[in-house]
Amino acid sequence: MNTLIRNGRIIDPANKRDEIGDLLIVDGRIANQSAIRNPQSEIDEIDASNLIVCPGLIDLHVHLREPGFGWKETIESGARAAAAGGFTTIVCMPNTSPAADSPSTIAWIKDRAAEIACVNVLPTGAISKGLMGEELAPIGSLAQAGVVAITDDGRCVQNNELMRRAVEYARMVGLPLFDHCQDYNLVGNGVVHEGYWSTLLGLPGWPSAGEEAIVMRNVLLAELCDHHIHCQHISAAGSVRILREAQARGVKISGEVCPHHIALTDDAIQNFDTNAKMNPPLRAKEDVAALLGGIADGTIAILASDHAPHAKFEKEVEFDAAPFGIVGLETELGLFLDLLVHKNKTIDLPRLIEMFTVNPARLLQIEAGTLSPGRAADVTLIDPELEWTFDAKASQSLSRNTPFDGWKLKGRAVRTIVGGRTVWKL
Amino acid sequence: MTEPGKSKMRWQRKDLLGIRELSAEEIVFILDTAGAFKEVGTREIKKVPALRGKTLVNFFVEPSTRTRTSFEIAAIRLSADVINISAGSSSLTKGETLKDTAKILEANHADLIVLRHSSAGAPQFLAERLTSSIINAGDGAHEHPTQALLDLYTIRQRKGAVAGLHVVIIGDILFSRVARSNIFALLKLGARVTLVGPSTLVPREFEKLGVAVSYNIDEVLPSADVVNLLRIQHERQRKEYFPGIGEYIRLFGLTKERAKLLKPDCLIMHPGPINRGVELDSDLADGAQSVILEQVTNGLAVRMAVLYLCGGISA
Repeated sequence: MNTLIRNGRIIDPANKRDEIGDLLIVDGRIANQSAIRNPQSEIDEIDASNLIVCPGLIDLHVHLREPGFGWKETIESGARAAAAGGFTTIVCMPNTSPAADSPSTIAWIKDRAAEIACVNVLPTGAISKGLMGEELAPIGSLAQAGVVAITDDGRCVQNNELMRRAVEYARMVGLPLFDHCQDYNLVGNGVVHEGYWSTLLGLPGWPSAGEEAIVMRNVLLAELCDHHIHCQHISAAGSVRILREAQARGVKISGEVCPHHIALTDDAIQNFDTNAKMNPPLRAKEDVAALLGGIADGTIAILASDHAPHAKFEKEVEFDAAPFGIVGLETELGLFLDLLVHKNKTIDLPRLIEMFTVNPARLLQIEAGTLSPGRAADVTLIDPELEWTFDAKASQSLSRNTPFDGWKLKGRAVRTIVGGRTVWKL
Repeated sequence: MTEPGKSKMRWQRKDLLGIRELSAEEIVFILDTAGAFKEVGTREIKKVPALRGKTLVNFFVEPSTRTRTSFEIAAIRLSADVINISAGSSSLTKGETLKDTAKILEANHADLIVLRHSSAGAPQFLAERLTSSIINAGDGAHEHPTQALLDLYTIRQRKGAVAGLHVVIIGDILFSRVARSNIFALLKLGARVTLVGPSTLVPREFEKLGVAVSYNIDEVLPSADVVNLLRIQHERQRKEYFPGIGEYIRLFGLTKERAKLLKPDCLIMHPGPINRGVELDSDLADGAQSVILEQVTNGLAVRMAVLYLCGGISA
């Protein structure tokens, strides 16, 4: 079946394209412009008037919880949540059980995804065996097994020497390195941003310096090894400043921002709501302003969800005891559209699309994130003006751990197409 | 502020979770109610029927002897039936969640649950989920409301009023629920509060709560009307919050020499247990300015008042 998407605003930042037009999909691939004038007989038409037609969105920071934690999320349910959020490609983190530190686990994830996931699922592999930060995982074998990056996400390699070797080794096999930036000594048992609210509530503080110290470490190692390190879920003002200065010197370092770190501040914890407990923690107003500044000037060029599902019974415990993290795939686009494009006017729509498509695709070195003819027809249709209310109960995810239940948002994906096939439609 | 309060307010809360959410009027109302119960302890028959037929569970997930005993005696004097559960004897050690354990207590018709827990916010967590009254007996470094109330009761008894006094709290403020509850209560009743201790345990961030922070005890003591000394916990030293007990005493200990800086009528308070010779000189702890044992006795009256008021609201 072939498809013609008519009259949409086609935004394809990789090809510097932003125009009203039609997009033809033939045999699951983006067809040549000229073919539009001679469409074949068997064709499905989609009216995209007043909609954005853009490359399928990419989220390079997602926890799908399989193997090992299928009660929180499965590859199938996580992929459905991604499709409902407008994502056609998601990158899953290795903190599963067993950890994704061996080619066999990577093969299992890929097989399972091919069998059951409605979007493209790209696995990452561990930096260290068992994510323990002590010995290197078989990074070369992981590369051959098809991982798109290595990371110990959820944990952070503390030993700078081991991290240096990991970066050098990853360079040899051509994989970027993603890092969850957290200095364990500085952070200790911190559960919330160290500041006014941690002082008032007596909750153990997680200081910004605990992130900034590792971002700085990564700048030094990226420079030393001349290889790319991507700093995950940047939350602190100082981290943005460190990234900006390093990028100006040409260091191969990048950072991503998650919606919750700009939608909320640490006052969200004042009633001990465990759905406001994430790692790194929600921070202060000044940090949010710095993140917006980093997005505006391009220091931060990638957006991600850090989709981290946990079951209700796991989150419904004492604040200290609750696991970190929230689900995010279905609210991510709406929150960023609402906050970055509509409310704060931090960036325009084409920039937002760029941050969700070509930028992560370049970092991952994958053939996605563009509408170039011949590429797989991964396409997202977005209504940027649609006002809607997020209902956690209606979520595609197996988990409901979100602080955004009932939030009114402006802008939403209305159709998600993977390889020419509609996998989700509002 | 109407202090001492003679207000005719009606108590509305089933739970006592912290001082921060209380109004000054509510605080004074509890203290006045405690005043009425104080006399009961001096009778030969130290018992009133206020909570007869009610079941109170002392649920102490974190170990405590003095607070648990105080709540137990207070409840017995109110004629409640009292059950004590500690972490070791509860199903929490078998992996049961706090919510499930508490739901079991409620299903057994516990009218009041007095909770001591190492996690900040645990009492609020239960209060949102149970119809039983939840009384916070200390949650992590968050609040210890009945300790602050008994401290205020003692100050008010000795000084007549709290407003206008200069109260100095000395020691490990960062990890202290007693300090937080005292700060909230003292400020609400119009006292001036100064925190003193090593900068690692008294971060400047506390100034945003409306108190002064000082690292020079000798400058602060002469103007104090009350000094409240907090226990210095040895495990903090291992975590490198300060270099050692010897240096702590040199910089912040209330020694006999330092006590000469105090006004003669300055009260010396301590929530206990005391490290004699560390934060407080042993003779001073037993001296004329010390009201430490009065605090304990007043604690009974204050806890009777809290149990009586909240127990009267619970279903």
